[in-house]
Amino acid sequence: MPLQIQSDGQTVTAYLAGEIDHHEAVSMRQAIDAQLMGGDVKLLVMDFTDVTFMDSSGIGLVMGRYRQIRYNEGELHIVNPSPHIYKVMRIAGLERLAVIHKTTPARRELP
Amino acid sequence: MMQKSVNQTKITLLSRSVNEGYARVAVAAFAAQFDPTVEELGDIKTAVSEAVTNCIVHAYGNTIGPIYITVDLFEDKRVRIKIRDKGCGIENVAKAMEPLYTTGGAERSGLGFSVMQSFTDSLRVRSTPGKGTTVTMEKVIKTR
Repeated sequence: MPLQIQSDGQTVTAYLAGEIDHHEAVSMRQAIDAQLMGGDVKLLVMDFTDVTFMDSSGIGLVMGRYRQIRYNEGELHIVNPSPHIYKVMRIAGLERLAVIHKTTPARRELP
Repeated sequence: MMQKSVNQTKITLLSRSVNEGYARVAVAAFAAQFDPTVEELGDIKTAVSEAVTNCIVHAYGNTIGPIYITVDLFEDKRVRIKIRDKGCGIENVAKAMEPLYTTGGAERSGLGFSVMQSFTDSLRVRSTPGKGTTVTMEKVIKTR
């Protein structure tokens, strides 16, 4: 699966890769949600550095995870979306829901 | 006046989700002869991906059926992409095109038509309930 996940129990970082469409989004969703179970996670970082394509299925993926992390009273950060992916995200107004880092942030820049 | 296209391709594929990637890449590869920018190619891929996903998720639902894609290239560097299915059709096209409206459940954003609209120069949707839907999009490739 084109996805790697790191978790320390409070912060989950999902390194997404490849193309995010309706076909690929299902397995990504399941993998991330498995880490969000339990309610202790306060920060979800979705890293788009290696994502080469995304359509509105990716918006669904982000919005669904946003709802999960808000339920935990946590925050969603999006890292390094390409100009194309940022354009898709803006149609949904994702910049109002998540903190978007246009470059890879240093560890200390994340809460 | 109807302009005649200078080049055309037709692709037929089954409504299996694994074909979403193939469909958008095939259309983009055909449009590449107009020398589009990376951004224009991304726009075309995204718009095609949305339309084909709609056929798979909504038109055919739990069944498998054919998706017909016709791409025409015109002399004025206009790309016309027609995506047709023989699925369930849409009762209320205007409602279906409203941003955020979806019948697809919590994981669908309801923004497919909004993305098609913002990433192309024109979008037309014709649908007959029980018969199918045709989405026609046009994108003009800017001369560099």
